Amino acid sequence: MIIMKDVQKAYDNGTRALKGVNITIQDGEFAFLVGPSGSGKSTIIKLLTAEVAPTEGSVRVNGYLLDRIRNRKKSMMRRTLGVIFQDFRLIEKKSVYENVAFAMRVTGAREREIQKRVPYVLDLVGLNVDTDRRPDELSGGEQQRVAVARALVNNPSTIIADEPTGNLDPVRSLEIMMLLEKINELGTTVLVVTHERDLVDRFEKRVIALDNGRVISDGMRGYVIHEQEKATPTE
Amino acid sequence: MSRKKPRRRNNLGYYIKEGVSSIFTHGFMSFASVVIIIACLVIMGSFLLVALNVNDLVEDAEARNQVVAFIDDSLTEEEARGLEFQILATNNVYDATFVTRDEAFQAFVATHEEAELDNLDEEVFRHRFVIDLDNIAYMQVTLDRLLMIPGVDAVRADVAIADFFVSFRNVIVVVFIAIVGVLMLISVFIISNTIKLATFDRREEIAIMRMVGARNWFIRWPFIFQGFILGLTGAVVAFGIQWGMYGVLVDQIVRLSGGNMIQPVSFYEVANMMISIFMGTGFVVGTLGSAIAIRNYLKV
Repeated sequence: MIIMKDVQKAYDNGTRALKGVNITIQDGEFAFLVGPSGSGKSTIIKLLTAEVAPTEGSVRVNGYLLDRIRNRKKSMMRRTLGVIFQDFRLIEKKSVYENVAFAMRVTGAREREIQKRVPYVLDLVGLNVDTDRRPDELSGGEQQRVAVARALVNNPSTIIADEPTGNLDPVRSLEIMMLLEKINELGTTVLVVTHERDLVDRFEKRVIALDNGRVISDGMRGYVIHEQEKATPTE
Repeated sequence: MSRKKPRRRNNLGYYIKEGVSSIFTHGFMSFASVVIIIACLVIMGSFLLVALNVNDLVEDAEARNQVVAFIDDSLTEEEARGLEFQILATNNVYDATFVTRDEAFQAFVATHEEAELDNLDEEVFRHRFVIDLDNIAYMQVTLDRLLMIPGVDAVRADVAIADFFVSFRNVIVVVFIAIVGVLMLISVFIISNTIKLATFDRREEIAIMRMVGARNWFIRWPFIFQGFILGLTGAVVAFGIQWGMYGVLVDQIVRLSGGNMIQPVSFYEVANMMISIFMGTGFVVGTLGSAIAIRNYLKV
């Protein structure tokens, strides 16, 4: 569960990235976070992953209050999250299997546990490639599936996907979104940050729209489109 | 919601593997670090061996540099012997042996030509104590104290030789500390830079580790092991080089001196101490270099 209450964030250079954001995402929910560049999407991800702390207000993720979280607790909180990035962020020198196993290994999982879980997760994300191959030998879609598998392997409560389809063609993008939807159906909370409106329109999901550090609309797809159109009047 | 308890696992194998892997990834810098450590340790070891040999000479000088305390002529032999307790109670006196006037005369006769003994009367000699000191560095002070004992008429000792050895040893120690200090700083700096490069090279991997919930020390330990392994490798190689160099040098010295004049300290006598010092220094330098790099460049 994610709860952001009256969250403000100002950086040292004076930029006010968030100006009183209130968002609650229930366990098991699927939500899109949309908005133009500079609207505060990246700051929200940084707050949710405890990379930065809010200037004011409170952020609670999967039971952890992140306002003044200690380093030791940060790592424990992050184990309840799976994060997916636009640029996949796979370790080039490690194989597909090792990239996924690595995420379990750093949490102290036993080798037998890893050997059982990694093939299961790779199968779940529909990756049908030789797992000894390195990331640079895979297509963009396949690399993103590996990244999704890595995010899933520790069985997180919440998946946060930051522009997960930004580097993919429309077909692969749709496949990844459908994969995230499937993961959500299995009970994991999913928050997808994107600016691809066409993709958002294809899914009947909650959409939280940000602009200039504020939530300008929050609701089901149709409502959001209406609100966005009101916010940016056409000639 | 319920939180999972952190899983504990012995990751030593992983840390060592990652540390070694990082050493080979940055082969040139690792090589440079080890070479610098070797150079530092060999220089340090050379000074240490010189200091040990000088110390050996000083101890030898202490053993040979006995003080003779002459007793007032007016005291009988019995009264003179009675001074032993006071002499032994003097600070820095290790032992005192009473020598009678007659024994001193006989000893003189035994070591001199007959011509030198003409007209020499036993009465010229005085009862005396031959005194061994704990530390010749305090010879002059001890002599002054002995002279303050009623009945001790005069003392004889070679203060100049003692002072020379003590000063030489002190100079060696000061130079040794200064050079070792500078070399240690250089080694720590080089290792710290090697680790800094490694952390920079692996910054994306580190970011991913953080993101999937790795503990800070899980990220840091491989770098600590990297420095630690570099330090110990340098120590072991330096020990081997030092051993070989010292062996060759001692052979030369013994050969040139005809085997009589100088008896250098045997490397086998000090090998355990040397390897302990080298390993300890390698460990401290390697670990400290890593720790500094981690503190300054690895923000986890």
